[in-house]
Order: sequence, then structure tokens, then C-alpha cells
Amino acid sequence: MTVSEEWPLWEIFIRGQHGMSHRHVGSLHAVDAEHAIKNARDVYTRRNEGVSIWVVEASNISASSPSNKGPLFDPSRDKVYRHPTFYDLPDEAGNM
Amino acid sequence: MYAQMVKSTGETVVAKEKLSPKEREFQDRIDRGEKIEPKDWMPEEYRKNLIRQIGQHAHSEIVGQLPEGNWITRAPTLERKANLLAKVQDEAGHGLYLYCAAETLGVSRDELFDMLHKGKMKYSSIFNYPTLTWADMGAIGWLVDGAAIMNQVPLQRTSYGPYARAMVRICKEESFHQRQGFQIMLTMAQGTEDQKRMAQDALNRFWYPSLMMFGPSDKDSVHSAQSMAWKIKMNSNDELRQKFVDEIAPQAAFLGLNIPDDDLVWNEKTGHHDYSEPDWDEFFQVISGNGPCNKERLDARKKAWNDGAWVRDGMLAHARKKAMRKVAE
Repeated sequence: MTVSEEWPLWEIFIRGQHGMSHRHVGSLHAVDAEHAIKNARDVYTRRNEGVSIWVVEASNISASSPSNKGPLFDPSRDKVYRHPTFYDLPDEAGNM
Repeated sequence: MYAQMVKSTGETVVAKEKLSPKEREFQDRIDRGEKIEPKDWMPEEYRKNLIRQIGQHAHSEIVGQLPEGNWITRAPTLERKANLLAKVQDEAGHGLYLYCAAETLGVSRDELFDMLHKGKMKYSSIFNYPTLTWADMGAIGWLVDGAAIMNQVPLQRTSYGPYARAMVRICKEESFHQRQGFQIMLTMAQGTEDQKRMAQDALNRFWYPSLMMFGPSDKDSVHSAQSMAWKIKMNSNDELRQKFVDEIAPQAAFLGLNIPDDDLVWNEKTGHHDYSEPDWDEFFQVISGNGPCNKERLDARKKAWNDGAWVRDGMLAHARKKAMRKVAE
């Protein structure tokens, strides 16, 4: 068994169609960005899934921690007035 | 099935009252249908079982390329060669999606390969049978991919997020494989006497090994309960095997081929087909390394890995040199 150093991990984002945003589709190993794009093309766009590819080395991504879920996201729960459906308008006012 | 005998530590489900508060909260999340994500807290045994299961699944996709790769250069027409090539390329992709999912659990790709090469991790028994004729490409697509789909569709709802998402991608691509195989069988079953004989012979050889793909009978499968509570296994082995037989039997009849089981009959009472169990001794032999092609398959994997080492090292060294040069500028 030959032991060599592992290629770095890259996260792959694909734009499915023009006008859509890039979406995370998965990850893969590659030596550099150019190689990651080539591999992403083979692994994630075999059936016309994309018109554009972004690659980011996984170690460069910072993520929020699951234990912070409460402090981060709970405050917006009781602010229903941020949604249009909070406001009752008379029918006479027409479409708004 | 692609994960046939995942050695699991929890033989029985621990009663909820006996779980620690953290474990109970974890089980509640799963019961509510929430997905577990890589950074979430999880019991060590859940993590370990998943690595074994996803790893075995990934290895099966990768080793599964070998029996079919055998026929790429000998496909009967250019179109069929292109179809088969696309299918084998898909299997490689499926292996990659799954390895990535396993890696989110804290195991490295190289560790997974190492365990496969050392025989410490298994892959599906089905890929240890030889592919002797072109008809075998038909039988594999129709039966083996058919069995795979049966197992993978419910796994799209599995509790571990990255695994579930990999399964969604895989299922989308997999149905092309089964259709491709069925079409080969259909063409041969309607062809010359020789072609029909080859199709029947392929069905004869692949029928029981396909049934084995779902793993041992429920009464001998001691590892299922905890996996089912964790939703990393969604159906019992016998449940899926029965579903498979019920789906394939009429298709075989349509092809005009005979499933090699005299006891296979429709049972009006149960609403299912009765069928004969495969030879489980054979299954245990094959899964533990003594099948007709185990050695050949593993040797091929090890050779590819070792022969490719200089390419992997060279590419990394070159990328580093390029990056250094960029910094220097």
C-alpha cells in the first residue's frame, strides 16, 4: 500500500441555469482550483446540470456552529411583522 | 444490499429511558424526521455505523465498475459501448458522492481505500461473480441495478443529511442503468436462438446472487434494529427482497425468460410471489472473501491505486510549485 499525501478537499457550487444562483452540490478532491473545476465538470455536470461552476477549498469556508442556532435564528421568530401577510388590508385597497 | 452486512455494535435498541439526555435529544430529532448534519452532535456508535455503511456502499460502486468495465472494449455496437461507458462513469461518480458523504463523518478518503484494500471493509457480494458474456451486461443492469434502486430509494429519507443528499443524486441517475440493462435483455430475448440462450444463461447465473444483495434473511440479521431506529436502514432485508421478486417476476415473463426457481409462484393469499431462498452458505463464503472473483477484484483495485501513486504525488507537487511561483511573483 502506497501512502501519499491526500489531495485537498473542495466544495463545489453549480449554477443550474442562467439567472439562478450557484448552489452547493457536493465536494471532491483536487490539487488546485483549475483541477477542481475539471473534476467538478466530470462528477457533477454529466447531464446538463450546469452553466457555471464555482470551487472553494473546504478549509476556506467558515460556518456557523449548530450550538449557536438559538441565539442566531430565534430572534427573528417573533417578528412576524416582517412578513407581508401580517398586515390585514381591506379588499377595497386592491392588489398590493 | 450495497451495504449487506454492516457490522453494527448495537444489536438491540436501547430503551429511551436509559439514554443520556443528549442521546435522547438526538433520538427525538430523528423521530421528528429532522436531518442530522456533519457538525451536529451524534452518538459515537451512530457515526461509526454510518462510516461502515456509507463506506461499504461507496466501495460497492467503485468495485462495481470492474465487472462491467470488462465489456466496454467488446460491446457489440458503438452505441452500446457509449451507453455502457456512460453507465460505468456514473458508478464512479456515485462512489465519489458517497466517499464525500463518509468523509463528513471524520474519516479520510485514503483511510477508506486502505480499509478496502486490506479487506477490513466489505463491498457487495454481487461484484465477485464473473461477467462471461455480453448478456451479463443486460442481466446486471436489469437485476443488480434494479435491486440497488429498491434499496436506495428509501435511503433518500435516511437521517444523515449528506448521505440522504447523495442518495437523491444517485437515484436520479440510476434508473437509466436499469433501463439500459433491460433493453439489452429485451433485444437478446427477441433475437436469435443463440442470443436467447445467452440471455437465459445470464438470468440463471445472476438470479440468486441478486437476491443475496439484500443481505441475510431477517431472522439472521441481528444488526437491523438499532440501524432502523436511527433511520440509517429504512426497510428490512426480506421486505425489500420480496418487493424485488414481485417486480422482476412479471418482467421476466414479459421477456419470455424463466427465473431459475421452480417454486416461484404467485400467492393469491399473501398478494406476493413465493420464492426460494438463495444458498446462504454461498453468500457467507462470497462476502467473506471466497467468491469466484474476490481476489481478482481486490487485486485490480490495489493495482490501480498503487500504479496511480506517482500521478497523484506528481500532480500535487506540480500544483504546489505553481502556487509558490505565484507567491514569488
